[in-house]
Amino acid sequence: MLKYLFKRNEDIPPGSAAVFFGFSSIMWFVIGTGLGSFNAAKLAFPDFVMGSELFSFGHMRQVHVFAVIFGWISMAFAMAMMYITPALGNTKLWSEKLGVWNCFLWNFGLSLGLVLLWFGVSSGREYSDFPWVIDLYIAAFMALPLALNVWMTIINRRTQGIYTTNWFFGASVFMVTIVFIVGNSPEWFNLTGLSEAYMTWWFAHNVLGLWITPVAAAIAYYTVPKVTGNPLYSHRIGHLHFWSVVVFYSTPAAHHLMSAPLPEWLKSFASVEGVLILVPAIAFVSNLLLTMTGKWHMFVENVEIKFTITGVMLAIPLNMQGGFQQTRAINWYVHGTGWIVAHAHLALLGFSTFLEGAAVYYGLQTLLRRKLYSLALANFHFWFLLIGFAIYWISMTIAGLIQGAGKIYEVPYIDVVIAEHPYMIARWIGGTMVFTGNLVWLYNMYMTAKAGTEIPEGRLPHELAYER
Amino acid sequence: MAFREYKIGSRLFGVALGGSMLITLYMPTVDMTSVAVTETGLVKQLSYGRIGGFSYEDPLLQGKGKPKTVTLTKDPATGADMEPVQAYVYEPGIPFPSGINHPRTLGPGATELSLDKGRIAEADDSAGAVFVIKRGTHQGETLHYIENASATRGWKYDQVLNAGGDANTAYVGSGKIMFVREGCWWCHTLLPEQTQDWQYFGIPPRLGDFNGESPTAFGSDRKAPDLLHVGSRNSSKEWMMMHFFNPRLVQPHSIMPRYDYLWGDKDADGKAIDYDGWRAAYNEYAAGNTLTPPDVPSYQSDSEIRYLMDFILSLK
Repeated sequence: MLKYLFKRNEDIPPGSAAVFFGFSSIMWFVIGTGLGSFNAAKLAFPDFVMGSELFSFGHMRQVHVFAVIFGWISMAFAMAMMYITPALGNTKLWSEKLGVWNCFLWNFGLSLGLVLLWFGVSSGREYSDFPWVIDLYIAAFMALPLALNVWMTIINRRTQGIYTTNWFFGASVFMVTIVFIVGNSPEWFNLTGLSEAYMTWWFAHNVLGLWITPVAAAIAYYTVPKVTGNPLYSHRIGHLHFWSVVVFYSTPAAHHLMSAPLPEWLKSFASVEGVLILVPAIAFVSNLLLTMTGKWHMFVENVEIKFTITGVMLAIPLNMQGGFQQTRAINWYVHGTGWIVAHAHLALLGFSTFLEGAAVYYGLQTLLRRKLYSLALANFHFWFLLIGFAIYWISMTIAGLIQGAGKIYEVPYIDVVIAEHPYMIARWIGGTMVFTGNLVWLYNMYMTAKAGTEIPEGRLPHELAYER
Repeated sequence: MAFREYKIGSRLFGVALGGSMLITLYMPTVDMTSVAVTETGLVKQLSYGRIGGFSYEDPLLQGKGKPKTVTLTKDPATGADMEPVQAYVYEPGIPFPSGINHPRTLGPGATELSLDKGRIAEADDSAGAVFVIKRGTHQGETLHYIENASATRGWKYDQVLNAGGDANTAYVGSGKIMFVREGCWWCHTLLPEQTQDWQYFGIPPRLGDFNGESPTAFGSDRKAPDLLHVGSRNSSKEWMMMHFFNPRLVQPHSIMPRYDYLWGDKDADGKAIDYDGWRAAYNEYAAGNTLTPPDVPSYQSDSEIRYLMDFILSLK
């Protein structure tokens, strides 16, 4: 990567930025899930690695969270944008050089921010924990260059209209920049108290709703038609999805603080809007599953479709939970329990990771023009991710229900801790499986770049998957 | 080729996102800032200082640049006996909290009382100041407000510190920093829920309990008891010491990490703490080979564990 930083734009091979983002994202995924597994071990066995503040749970927890959100998920998004946006505009990326710099500065800034968090240098606001210096860096050197590249590529497209995926990309990079700057403003302007706490959750909610969910969905809008060869089932349902995300997903932030003393009208409003999240969710899932018509054999045979459709199907329980768990009728029971932790992993490790995984698999093969080194290892990766995630999700959901019962019957807390212990061990096993699968993935993609069979001009990687 | 320009779409997009932010940011903020601060809110902001996370005065979160909370039973200026009073001492150079710098954040009524009766505008952080909390009436409503005791009673910061002495001084603000830095709030919430937490964890906070506090560190994932009122449930320093050094000493099933490293290198007598020896002796006890666990070392009066314990015990 470093050798391209000071080359002329024309001398950088097209797709370089996407490849660098792709490999960076896989490496951050390995680091992030490794940290997750380590943290889970500490929750099951509290004296596992002790005596140093750097390896204590309180110092490692947020490093895991930010390594997977900023490292894996967001860099995989950037990777997808770097190759899908130009492909759908029938053009080249606006500036390959900016893309390479963006990737370099992203890795640098994220490493710096994570080291600070690791040492405990935190703003004390959940999901906007980075100190404001790092926030400014993220806005200026990570979000804005990406947004600029995506917008300019869309503006310089050589097609008549803009395809669904690119609406989402263009809008999401805009929205995430706004959300990031507004959401972190309490720190710059020294806003305090409940307004600050609410802004913190406004930020956390909207990063999920206006960045992670729509971009992951946009990737599926590309992958499924591209790999199956079927056209998207309905452009118009895509419209419904897009507009309902902007209107409904940007409004329910207060449902994260249902039991806090926020104004009651705000909580009620957020709760109703939260149920309406089902509108984009149903539009998205039905559109994609109907696009699969006649090509369901690829769900078994093709690794990208297997990942994508699994992710799409995980969006069903995700949104069923998400829509209803925030209503007052259910929230009082599950709020602040492991149920929510399970739900968060369903969103990030289930739904979104599977969609991005497909984009990274597909993109690296296309851009490097090399067939996947080993389909068997890719399947191994898929099953380790899925089973590891399922163990995690089920065990944490059960743990959450136990905690909820403990909460409403006001059981002494230590009894809840004792009851949760087996599920904490299961959580650690599931997380470790995900980590193992990712190590295999990194090896597989490294070998693909090094020793994968070359894909001839004019062929697509998935057409050759079963050819020698 | 004539390209579609998406004019209508982009305008609608702006209207949708702008409208969403109007409803979810502007309107709630107007509501929340129209509430007067409660006594709890004043106690919190005066004892925590300006910011409880990363800041200019404390970039590495070591608990620097924070006020001290002193309990007084005698007037520090005259020496006369008086009802116990909590005084919040800002030594020279310690930045003031939001309510002093921006009195508007105290909310209607409390702002006017603090400015007029409390004379907080006369406080100067380069000279140091002492604040206390008072009750007063504003337009028929009884409210709590901040009094600048340096201006109204002539209390100097060093007089108050001397009058209180180390035993009556609490490093609450520095302790809040430890709470944030050590990630206590990843497991312990500071938010009893409005629905079912009353009996066990105490009264949920009210709207005005947070004015001027930053960050609130509610926490979202409760893996351990809520701590908002922990000082009312358990005020034993001995229990806290054992629990922080090794939670399994007092609660065999606890999954809380050991915070023994907050003791630092030396104990209260200046002797080096032998962590390896302590752990070996504890393992013998845990294995059932000895009847009693090793004693928890004492801590120095400016150690990080002192800060943290002062903060936890202040959560009434």
